Amino acid sequence: MQVTIKSKVNSKRRKLLAGAAAAAGLSSGFQLIELALAKSDDEVASSLKRWGLLIDTEKCASDCDACVSGCNSEHNLDGFDRPETDAQWIRKIELTDQQTGHVSSLPMLCQHCENPPCVDVCPTGASFKRDDGIVLVDKHICIGCRYCVMACPYKARSFIHESLHDQKSYSPRGKGTVESCTLCVHRIDKDQAPACVEACNTQGNGAMLFGDLKDEGSDIAKKIKASSSRQVRADLGLNTGVRYQNL
Amino acid sequence: MTQHFKILKSNQPGYWLSLLLFTLLIVAGYGAAHYMETQGHWVSGMNNQIVWGLPHVFAIFLILAASGAINVASLSSVFSKQGYKPWARMSALLAICLLIGGLLVLVLDLGRPERLIVAMTYYNFKSIFAWNIFLYTGFIFVVVLYLWTMFEHSMNKYTQNAGLLAFVWRFVLTSGTGSIFGFLVARQFFDAAMMVPIFIVLSLVLGTSVFILVSLTVTRWDQTTISEETIFSLVRLLGIFIAAELFLVAVFHLTNLYATEHHGVERFILMDGGRYTRLFWLGQIVVGGMIPLGLIFLTRYGNKTVGAVVVSMLALAGSFSQLYVTIIGGQAYPLVLFPGKDVSSSFFDGVVAHYSPSMPELLLGLGGFGLSLMLLVIVMRVLPFLPDIRAVQIKS
Repeated sequence: MQVTIKSKVNSKRRKLLAGAAAAAGLSSGFQLIELALAKSDDEVASSLKRWGLLIDTEKCASDCDACVSGCNSEHNLDGFDRPETDAQWIRKIELTDQQTGHVSSLPMLCQHCENPPCVDVCPTGASFKRDDGIVLVDKHICIGCRYCVMACPYKARSFIHESLHDQKSYSPRGKGTVESCTLCVHRIDKDQAPACVEACNTQGNGAMLFGDLKDEGSDIAKKIKASSSRQVRADLGLNTGVRYQNL
Repeated sequence: MTQHFKILKSNQPGYWLSLLLFTLLIVAGYGAAHYMETQGHWVSGMNNQIVWGLPHVFAIFLILAASGAINVASLSSVFSKQGYKPWARMSALLAICLLIGGLLVLVLDLGRPERLIVAMTYYNFKSIFAWNIFLYTGFIFVVVLYLWTMFEHSMNKYTQNAGLLAFVWRFVLTSGTGSIFGFLVARQFFDAAMMVPIFIVLSLVLGTSVFILVSLTVTRWDQTTISEETIFSLVRLLGIFIAAELFLVAVFHLTNLYATEHHGVERFILMDGGRYTRLFWLGQIVVGGMIPLGLIFLTRYGNKTVGAVVVSMLALAGSFSQLYVTIIGGQAYPLVLFPGKDVSSSFFDGVVAHYSPSMPELLLGLGGFGLSLMLLVIVMRVLPFLPDIRAVQIKS
């Protein structure tokens, strides 16, 4: 919650600065606008951005799970060898077309929806969306009702069924609460790509592209404008932040 | 003719044995909840595929029974059926007790039950769960108010209005409970407005059955009586509720069958679902529907006390089956992410989810029952809820 409050304050301040910069811009060029849009240390999320992923399923190989390993290692998601209750933030799905027999593979994770059902149903507001579109769980006010797990169309959420040890300080988790992919928000806030994307680029086939969907100059925005991509369960109208190509 | 009331008194072995049973169920239920909380939910049968299990079936069973149990009081205050008036007090009390038992099961199954205060202080008003917190606590408040107008002589003139408020509230409350499932857009078997009327009528089936069984039991303990006319008219009413529920369930499935996208989940529930299919046809339709309907309307069995008991127990078993099929069967069917494609993954995509109810879950659910009934008996021991039929007979 602190994050959103802070980001709201920052958003207002940014607008004020941007307004002032725009007024002054006529006489002093674009320097002030750049200053207004620059990220300060305490600025965490901005609605001027929307982080997203573009996944090319043709490049995603069936026998590659670099993204899954990268995520598990980044967040220390090693389970208890109990597949039914162990958490999975990202998983590989193998698809076979029932008519043609065409086989494809893709990673499935939280789709960071613009209108997330998990946020709608959460009774306490523990499930929330940051201004930059990242959907997170506030572990301090999650009561463990699992309604968000029921509501997520992508099966992207996991309930923590037992006590955890050796957690990463940047990725707090807790027994009795629900969690899912954070899009590596701790890395994004340091201008780094999510761990799954980095692993896919270095150990996999470069099937995942990360970037700001609102920045027309970004690679991801250019690519989704130039070629066809789709959202999973687009019929639900959730406007996902994760899109797939060649699916 | 003034209706007198008395406190529940009994020295019958059945009474004391029941109290012992309720106590054991409460202790076992608390122990089970403590075990699941300290060990984590992996010791239960629930998992990341079936996130709501047996405790939720019990909890919703009790919550629906609560909103239906007040029907007897509504018949008296809202529909002016005088025959039910002596039982309006107990009907209202039963509703409160069942609701408390159901809510406690829900709360104790939370991943973090100690954070109940968080649920009471942080609200997301777009969530039907958050609204339900108000609807449930509000219901208890409204019914206590209703009881006050019945107990306090000078407030009797407001009983009808309070009864009407409770009547409206209970419909909104059950609509809220049905909406928990109706609003789940992602799940093939839920996501239907029909969930609301289905839950409302199911609550009437459950509440009427529980009331019949409880009223027959407490009058037996107290060696008093409930008029046969009252019981048999309730049994006929139960028959109408069961028929209405069968109709709504038929409409729900036929509507689903019309849409090709739902053929998979319908085939699962109606034909290929194993345990869920058996529970649907044998439990929900035959045991909970056809047999009691036949007994009530085609035989004279419904006009006997033993018949009332049998019919009520069958209706409860059928309703439990219906909730099990709806809540757990609805989750067991895999989410459809890619229509037209077969899918597989390490997270059980594309396969029917596995679920085996565990002992802690069963004990927690039964603990809710024990608590509801224990509360009822304790309050009836100290306050005059039981109609004093003998006093009426002597006076008249």
